[in-house]
Amino acid sequence: MQTPAPVDYAKATSVADALAKLAAHGEEARVVAGGHSLLPMMKLRLARPDALIDINDIPELAGVRIEGNEIVVGAMTRHRDILDSAVLAEHYPIFREAEKVIADPIVRNRGTIGGSMCQADPASDLSAVGSALKGTAVVVGPGGSRTVGLRAFHQGPYETVVGPGEILTEIRYPIRPGAGSAYEKVERRAGDWGVATSGVYVVVSSGVVTDCGIGLAAVGADHYCSPEGEATLIGKEPTEENLAAAAAATAASCSPSSDQRGPADYKLHLAHELTLRALRRAARASQGA
Amino acid sequence: MQVNVTVNGVEHSADVEPRTLLVHFIRDDLQMRGTHWGCDTSNCGACTVWVEDVPVKSCTMLAVQADGKEVSTVEGLAQGGVLDPVQQGFMECHGLQCGYCTPGMMMAARALLDRNPHPSEAEIREGISGNICRCTGYKNIVAAIQWAAENPATSEVTA
Amino acid sequence: MTAVEESPAPLSAAGNPIGFGRMHRKEDVRFLRGEGNYVDDVQLPGMLYGAILRSPFAHAKINGIDTSAAEALPGVKAVITGAVLETLGLAWMPTLSYDTQAVLATDKVRFQGQEVAFVVAESKYIARDALELIDVDYEPLPAVADAKKALEPGAPVIRDDKEGKTDNHIYDWEAGNKEETEAAFANAEVVVTQDILYPRVHPAPMETCGSVAHMDPVTGKLKLWTTTQAPHAHRTVYALVAGLPEQNIQVISPDIGGGFGNKVPIYPGYVCSIVGSIVTGKPVKWMEDRSENLMSTGFARDYHMKVSIASTREGKIQAVKVDVLADHGAFNGVAQPTKYPAGFFHIFTGSYDYPAAYCSVTAVYTNKAPGGVAYACSFRITEAVYAIERIVDCLAAELKMDSAELRLKNLLRPEQFPYTTPTGWEYDSGDYEKTMRVAMGIAGYDELRKEQAEKRARGEYMGIGISFFTEGVGAGPRKHMDILGLGMADGCDLRVHPTGKAQVRLSVQSQGQGHETTFAQIVAHELGIPPEDIEVIHGDTDNTPFGLGTYGSRSTPVSGAAAALVARKVRDKARLIAAAALECAPDDLEWELGRWYVKGDPERGRTIQEIAMDAHGALELPEGVEGHLDAQVVYNPPNLTYPYGCYICVVDVDPGTGQVKVRRFIAVDDCGPRINPMIVEGQVHGGLADGIGMALMELIAFDEDGNNLGGSFMDYLLPTAMECPDWELGETVTPSPHHPIGVKGVGESATVGSPAAIVNAVIDAISPFGVRHADMPLTPANVWRAIQGRNVRTDMAVD
Repeated sequence: MQTPAPVDYAKATSVADALAKLAAHGEEARVVAGGHSLLPMMKLRLARPDALIDINDIPELAGVRIEGNEIVVGAMTRHRDILDSAVLAEHYPIFREAEKVIADPIVRNRGTIGGSMCQADPASDLSAVGSALKGTAVVVGPGGSRTVGLRAFHQGPYETVVGPGEILTEIRYPIRPGAGSAYEKVERRAGDWGVATSGVYVVVSSGVVTDCGIGLAAVGADHYCSPEGEATLIGKEPTEENLAAAAAATAASCSPSSDQRGPADYKLHLAHELTLRALRRAARASQGA
Repeated sequence: MQVNVTVNGVEHSADVEPRTLLVHFIRDDLQMRGTHWGCDTSNCGACTVWVEDVPVKSCTMLAVQADGKEVSTVEGLAQGGVLDPVQQGFMECHGLQCGYCTPGMMMAARALLDRNPHPSEAEIREGISGNICRCTGYKNIVAAIQWAAENPATSEVTA
Repeated sequence: MTAVEESPAPLSAAGNPIGFGRMHRKEDVRFLRGEGNYVDDVQLPGMLYGAILRSPFAHAKINGIDTSAAEALPGVKAVITGAVLETLGLAWMPTLSYDTQAVLATDKVRFQGQEVAFVVAESKYIARDALELIDVDYEPLPAVADAKKALEPGAPVIRDDKEGKTDNHIYDWEAGNKEETEAAFANAEVVVTQDILYPRVHPAPMETCGSVAHMDPVTGKLKLWTTTQAPHAHRTVYALVAGLPEQNIQVISPDIGGGFGNKVPIYPGYVCSIVGSIVTGKPVKWMEDRSENLMSTGFARDYHMKVSIASTREGKIQAVKVDVLADHGAFNGVAQPTKYPAGFFHIFTGSYDYPAAYCSVTAVYTNKAPGGVAYACSFRITEAVYAIERIVDCLAAELKMDSAELRLKNLLRPEQFPYTTPTGWEYDSGDYEKTMRVAMGIAGYDELRKEQAEKRARGEYMGIGISFFTEGVGAGPRKHMDILGLGMADGCDLRVHPTGKAQVRLSVQSQGQGHETTFAQIVAHELGIPPEDIEVIHGDTDNTPFGLGTYGSRSTPVSGAAAALVARKVRDKARLIAAAALECAPDDLEWELGRWYVKGDPERGRTIQEIAMDAHGALELPEGVEGHLDAQVVYNPPNLTYPYGCYICVVDVDPGTGQVKVRRFIAVDDCGPRINPMIVEGQVHGGLADGIGMALMELIAFDEDGNNLGGSFMDYLLPTAMECPDWELGETVTPSPHHPIGVKGVGESATVGSPAAIVNAVIDAISPFGVRHADMPLTPANVWRAIQGRNVRTDMAVD
């Protein structure tokens, strides 16, 4: 098995401690959370940090709670706990649907939402979910704490706004009474990255879509979302025809690349098909069906 | 770096490089070779152990991250010479052939049953979906886990 | 002839069948306790660790290698390059196909991942660090990754190391009756032709390949623990290649974590570990990582086949022909009997009755890893069965005939056996229709077709796919079958100790097939000694008889026969000793399980245990009878054995996404009598999962530059428990007439038969869209594209 290059290591006991250690070890230090993105890259020697600052033992960074009108998910919350969260299941079934198709149960015991978001793999399911839900990220650094919308948080493949010396501490999702949500993913095999994914929320009120969010992964959607698709649907009735138009507009806003998971034309088709399927289910759920 | 890890109830202390993977620490520093490895990308699950009773892929964790923690490996499944029901189930139902995936598979299975004592077939298959087997085609592994679920209290099987 | 009992074997005191039947495996306990002993578990004092530097390029000249920085790294003990090996005459080694393969590259590299240098260091971490410090001056060359371009004029010549070689051609080969076949096609009412690719896949056992080499500087003896399916063959090859005295080489296969043909060849890493040990005077362990395993060790398949079938309009097959372009990679390293460069591919005629068949195979070099014969292929029978079962379905579609009906019309009939195919195989026994009807019964075939029709009317797409396969396993008769000149006959030694316990020593090598149990059961069946009293010894060339090892499902056909015959030899000797003890003539004695007794006076007898003590004791033995109760056999099989089966797969396809769900899989196998049905079923289950993998997700593809796109388990996808249905098994039992206990091999049957069933099912599901064929793997993308009428070429990079 492959082995990492030499690296220093320190275990942080609090967020402040983690920031201090990051500063002390310099620009080539990396935070290690669940480690299931970073350690494999280190083993392949594609990543060679000078030091790892381990934030696994900072309890205040994990957990799901409601704070006012938001669900707050700590960055160190494990995938498994997101899957099992009753709070998230109640408000946004999209989380459970997405987690069921992320990696495998053992990886989910260790991997974290913060790690996934910061890795920002183009196929990252939770990034698509977060962008769909128009959540916000709280990023803490030496200068204090700042809040960034998740769509802006994600700048591009493997690129977020988290700077060296900063840590993502929590993600916040607005609670939307009456919202239905759903996640659709095609994968070549259980646990694989998606060939294409679409996750949505829809709020139907008095027979009209008053609000929706459309998030996508693995299809080259900027910031993991499609405002174009959303705009096509908001204010309209959730008829099959209108949902299809929204799905088409969503697909038109994506630019997938061909790779071994599939050719670009297929991924474009999936962007359309999966968005349509997700919208149908979310709209039905919102209408109480 | 000094690490202190309790493995199967026994405390161990060693000086390791921070980059040492937990699976190598267990196999090479502690000379416990029941935990295996089979890939480079955290897919196969042959290296599955428990850290604080939670199954993890020990190839994707550093030994230093287990400092101060309790680790359980396949060698700790049998208690006092008596095979765990999962181990017995694997024997009863021919749930192993070459034996290479088996330790990781059993660690995943034991943890699954501890959380969910009466899983459905679908739950079992999902529960072991992070463990690849090339020999058995999984049917007998599922049967073995069902056997263990149905036979939690065991008569002595010493070996 | 067979000595198969119809009634179940009696049980021993431990509850085990004294003979054939279900019993727990004797080898399980150590594995369950985590006390298996695999190569990476081997620890020796002073042991060092090796690591291989591999080429990032598929084709490049090496203008120089600077190892100075690596050698200077603390903890590094040696850095070996091709130049160093050249001085020892070891830079190149023979392959199992009489080609040569570079151990460490000298002039150039010929595939991505090829071995370039070998570091020996105090730890595997340091060894890996040292790899990064080796500086290789590569000059990239154009590569040829597409087998179809390998023979184009102007294609880069890969094997310019061979004197006078100006192209990438390896060989042409043919089999069958060409004239009759061409005549049949010329006169046929219906001809269907289809290009069918069996893409490159990989056996990917859970344990990768490796070795621990210890050349003892004092004794001059080489001890090599290694992942080999054929320890004796490896020992002899090392002796021939390295000039080491064969009596000073001990090859040990400890527990092997899966083989599937991946562990048949001798890999450069093994040779490097031996050289490393010679150079440092210490034991050297080399274990490859998974990407090395996938990128450099023996792949499987890579056959581009053009298959044609000629038939009457009523569906009576007249002839089949296949043209094959075989991609062997950069070195011809395939393992199969010498006279069969395309393995047993010419069994593609399949399970059907028709007089004419012909195949031609053209093999080429490409800038890819060497291999081709692996992954439970039974020497290319996977390719053959896939070809015939796919084209039969294509014919059924063309004739608008039910695919079961077409098969039933053409299956060989029992009275035709032994049956000689147009390509020269003599099938030993078979009752094909019976097996097919059992499978159709379990499946509920007619109900499935009804359900399919109803679903189609509703716009839902389910498919039913059948595969009926015959394979030939148990290589093989010495005069026809050898590997590198070593005949494929295997020995078996049996010792019965004074207290009546036994040790049987095998030449074959389990990698999970349960030999420690089944071979004990064979001896128990013949001698009546309980299986728990029989120790099976295998894997160490110092204490087992010579033989060619375990692959191609040959263990039961060859070694199983040897074990039965050696036990009968012991039984025959036991009769003589019993007669002496009972003071009667040997002809006065009759055998019942475990005991010779006096005819007509059954109270007077001697158990095998008593005879064993007599044999070692003071009893006066008759003239010509030596003491002890041991025997030795070398079994030269008269023919292969021909297991067969009928598999039926039911799938549901979502045309909006192309996703395939395998709903059911029915497998009815006939491998003759089953020594341990539990173990046989396990072998079948495992092979069926292989079929799911290959049909739906496994693939090693390349881009035009020869970059390997399947080099990790992120890309080379293996089925999990979620993709596999609950297999539904059945059996029929048709013994082999020439095998001493009537058994046929079975280890590879399911891998051989299953891919066609799954592919046939998927194509059947989407046939309303006009799809007649699509190549494996049928990933969602590939299924969707087939539905659109724009099939993907799966073996090259997706564009």
